[in-house]
Amino acid sequence: MELVLGRRRRLADQVMRGLCTAAGFGGAGILLLLLAHVVVNGISALSPQLVTELPTPLGVPGGGLAHAVVGSAIIVGLACLWGIPLGIGAGIYLAEYAGPGVGTVVRFMADVLSGVPSIVLGIFGYTIIVTQMGGFSGLAGAFALGVITLPIIARTTEEVLRLVPGELREASLALGVPRWRTILRIVVPTASTGMITGTMLAVARIAGETAPLIFTTLGNNFWSSDPTRPMAAMTLTIFQYAIWPYEYLHQQAWAASLLLMTVVLLINVIVRLASRSYGPR
Amino acid sequence: MQTAAQPQVAPVAAPSVSPSPDSGGRLGIGVRHLSAWYGPHQALRDITLDIPDRQVTAIIGPSGCGKSTLIRCLNRMHEVTPGARTQGQVLLEGHDVFAPSVDPVALRRLVGMVFQRPNPFPTMSVFDNVVAGLRLVAQRNRNLDELAERSLRRAALWDEVRDKLRSAGTALSGGQQQRLCIARALAVDPKVLLMDEPCSALDPIATLRIEELIRVLREEIPIVIVTHNMQQAARVSDRTAFMLAGEERVGELIEVGDTAEMFTNPSDKRTEDYITGRFG
Repeated sequence: MELVLGRRRRLADQVMRGLCTAAGFGGAGILLLLLAHVVVNGISALSPQLVTELPTPLGVPGGGLAHAVVGSAIIVGLACLWGIPLGIGAGIYLAEYAGPGVGTVVRFMADVLSGVPSIVLGIFGYTIIVTQMGGFSGLAGAFALGVITLPIIARTTEEVLRLVPGELREASLALGVPRWRTILRIVVPTASTGMITGTMLAVARIAGETAPLIFTTLGNNFWSSDPTRPMAAMTLTIFQYAIWPYEYLHQQAWAASLLLMTVVLLINVIVRLASRSYGPR
Repeated sequence: MQTAAQPQVAPVAAPSVSPSPDSGGRLGIGVRHLSAWYGPHQALRDITLDIPDRQVTAIIGPSGCGKSTLIRCLNRMHEVTPGARTQGQVLLEGHDVFAPSVDPVALRRLVGMVFQRPNPFPTMSVFDNVVAGLRLVAQRNRNLDELAERSLRRAALWDEVRDKLRSAGTALSGGQQQRLCIARALAVDPKVLLMDEPCSALDPIATLRIEELIRVLREEIPIVIVTHNMQQAARVSDRTAFMLAGEERVGELIEVGDTAEMFTNPSDKRTEDYITGRFG
């Protein structure tokens, strides 16, 4: 009797293990499939001129996406400029200063904010910035993208700061180091690897966002490095090119997708590698 | 929080009350009718205790008797715990450390502390750990190299780390890390050194080295050491205070006296029971 039960249990275990393994490989497999698909479609149009040249007049094959590459860089850069300091500040507040009551409220709101669909943030940016400034602009896009980074950076910062042992704070306080300096010079450096990881992942996330930019930055088929005006962005350009009826633009959209994905992947890989090294040199 | 507001003394700030090098025979710290609470729970009741200069005072007693709370009140580290409050006085060279004018940050520069587990700063090298206190309290224009060497020598660690000052503080052995923490505490030139079970995470050899170090350091500054280990108290201390928490888990001082006297001829039955191993 016991033997039979044992066999059934072993069988159940194997079935469970098999299903989970399949799910695991399935998930990874979809990523590989996606990567392969983008590479196959995009590799042919990928060339140096894609990032150095501007678009040709519509219908004339050739040209590149330099305007979109620069636009994306500027918009993401501006988003980081305000999103990162504010997010890190909020994370430090949550981990080091917030009382249990207020902390829970702020934390909950950050979690809700990170769950808000990004298209809603785009509309938010539209009403707050675009209607006020009287037109679409890179700044409005940077605002919307910054809002996306806020909860991600705040929560990861909070979590890695919480991992810093209280003993280190006490050691510093007991040396007569003020609290603010203890946080800045002892706690934050100890958690810096994790904070950088969270920040870079937020950057990778917004680099690939399209929806918030549709209502804010609009897109631009011409060179524009002025963030107070509509700008091009990689994701917007991919979206546009994909719905225009020109094969060479479809090719460029694939290549741009490949480029964007490579950048995001690279950020992820660099972050993973960098977070392995730890401590003083 | 505060009971009798004493006629106010000058704030205990580092420059105004600079350590006097020849304070032999004077009182290091005086604890007067000190009670402490964590929120609604009282942790200490009416402790009065003298900690003489240049002597080692050991605080012994079973777990939860308030030893750590008492020692943390001496440099106001108890305030790090939310909801902690005190009544009574702790006098550092005559100044009440709980006086409203006293800045706890300035106080802690005068009353150094070593913790139960070695806690060197993990992002810093051995050297940076030693001078961390000086760097972080923004005292510039000091010869950090010389100071680091002097502090490491005082902590009996110099010979072992002189060739690895630039390697990570956390790469040292547990005992070395604890001596590094002692060096770090000594580097800011405190007037009193508090040690909260400094050997409880160390092996016997490392423990012996710390004890040797305590015996040397007592020539320079008063030391208060909390310990679970009665043999350790007997080995290193001049005076021993025995604490006990009663039914309501409120820590009280049962007796305090010469260590030799306490361990051979305790005046309180409960002390005798504890040191002979009948409980705790």
